[in-house]
Amino acid sequence: MSGFAIETRELRKEFGRTVALADLTMTVPRGEVFGFLGPNGAGKTTAVKLLLGLTRPSAGQGRVLGAPLGDVATRRRVGYLPELFRYQGWMTAREVLALHCELARLPRSSWPKEIAEALELVGLADRADGRSDTYSKGMQQRLGIGVALLGQPELVVLDEPTSALDPVGRQDVRRIIGALRDRGTTVFLNSHMLTEVERVCDRVAIVDRGRVVAELSMAELTQERGVRLRVIAPDGAALEVAARYGPTRVDGEWLAIDGIADADVPALVRELVASGAAIHAVVPTRQSLEDRFMALLGADGSAGAAAESEAEVDGGSDVGADAAASGSSGSAEVRP
Amino acid sequence: MSSIAGIAIIARLTLREAVRRRLLWVLVGLTALIVVLTWWAFGRIAEASPITGPVQVLGISQVTVMLAFMFSFILAMTAVFAGSPAIGSDIESGLLLAVLARPIRRSEVLLGRWLGLAVVLVGYALVAGYLELGAVVAATGYVPAEPLVGPIYLAGESLILLTLAIVISTRVASVAGGAIAVVAYGLAWMAGVMGGVGEAFDNNILRSVGVMARLILPSDVLWRGSAGALSPTDNVLTAGGVNANLYRFSPFSGTSPSLPWLAWCVVWIVGALVLGIVLFRNREV
Repeated sequence: MSGFAIETRELRKEFGRTVALADLTMTVPRGEVFGFLGPNGAGKTTAVKLLLGLTRPSAGQGRVLGAPLGDVATRRRVGYLPELFRYQGWMTAREVLALHCELARLPRSSWPKEIAEALELVGLADRADGRSDTYSKGMQQRLGIGVALLGQPELVVLDEPTSALDPVGRQDVRRIIGALRDRGTTVFLNSHMLTEVERVCDRVAIVDRGRVVAELSMAELTQERGVRLRVIAPDGAALEVAARYGPTRVDGEWLAIDGIADADVPALVRELVASGAAIHAVVPTRQSLEDRFMALLGADGSAGAAAESEAEVDGGSDVGADAAASGSSGSAEVRP
Repeated sequence: MSSIAGIAIIARLTLREAVRRRLLWVLVGLTALIVVLTWWAFGRIAEASPITGPVQVLGISQVTVMLAFMFSFILAMTAVFAGSPAIGSDIESGLLLAVLARPIRRSEVLLGRWLGLAVVLVGYALVAGYLELGAVVAATGYVPAEPLVGPIYLAGESLILLTLAIVISTRVASVAGGAIAVVAYGLAWMAGVMGGVGEAFDNNILRSVGVMARLILPSDVLWRGSAGALSPTDNVLTAGGVNANLYRFSPFSGTSPSLPWLAWCVVWIVGALVLGIVLFRNREV
């Protein structure tokens, strides 16, 4: 058995003259929660469709759970939530789940248990017998997630699973993804909700214009720390002190020092106070995925790329708020 | 290779949809209404002009074939409007994405859709067709040449139009696809009339137009078969002073299709479904 849930090599997809995916080469180890990030039009959904055999590559190769792309039998072991999710509106949630049990060729005797578990997991048990076209968008997305989890698939592909969900729903999805990870299921999460990805993924690939431009381990990313201080200093003394601890940037009243160890922060504060600076706040920071994402996509000199990625980040309404929250998490205010 | 199990899943889903979305109930309601109206109207015709000889038979038979023509039109429209959203609309709405990611082939989806709708249409054509014919016989006493065969040809005609609509739906959005199928049906009927005129007046060009049209879309082959089956027998026509051969070339009569033409109808349906599968396989979702 291959150690990878997904392997692709120079996978390419063209629609006429438009290149949707230029050269996708990546591997996703089994059991990992893998984030697939990129701005609109980067080729994320095309990549997902290629992996699921919903469209055929123009060039390149790939394997999913050890089988070539498009292998029909392998789809029994894969769960999928499409980005554009819609289910038979005339059916109840219970019936939609039963239909997908049948489509996934699960043994009929297992259906009641599978359906009950899925309904419970996504919080639709009390609305299971209502027509799905009476559901809100968020409820339909919950139903879609339930559909994707039927039959305990080895690989679950979630294409923007939280786009229609409220904060409670998003937390539920994080909980579900965590449960899948504990079960050893590989999760391929296609999203532009950077903070969602940051919270649940083990590793991420960032794609731009159909190519993977970076692969990052979340563990490595979160080790990159720093500190921000709101400081009012009489002269350049504070800058001189700060520069001894690491690369320093001034942002209005805020002084940001990258790469400083947590243990060195008290000494820095003492030295700043001794130099005559008035410190109003000290906020430990770490590099967020958003910082890295923006740095990568804005660094190629293309204003278009930077603007597009910015629009994408703004698209996730919670990103700004969540990023601010994560940036200030664990902050301690020091009043002089 | 398509599997029967996969086709059956989609066919059952399509049948359930027809029941739940009230397509079946609308058809049942319409049938009941038409049967009652037929019985009442033909009763009034028989009252005004009781069947006492071949002339009255001829008159009743003309109205019966016109009734069949209206019914064939309803069937054709039902086939087109049930078939034209079958694939394309489900792709555009995203409904098929979740289905196609399952271990099911596109050929199974297309054949399952076709089979489910075919069961609804054929069932409707036969039940409603025989009930309407029964109402005519009960109200007037007129028994056509081949009463049992007529509705079967009508059911076959609806299958051809259903197949056409589903094949188009693999590539064209539902409204546009439906319009194309309706126009094709109308043109095929018109070409059939021209072919009949060509036969009656021994005009090879018009005859060829009829043959070509039937090869391209053989719906008119079955319509003419149905109209012929619902016309009086040759003996009655001759007794009424009508040239039976000429009469059968008129737009509201016909002859039973020959075996090669019936075989062509089957080959056409199979070939069209294969084309539909190829088009659907190469369609981006």
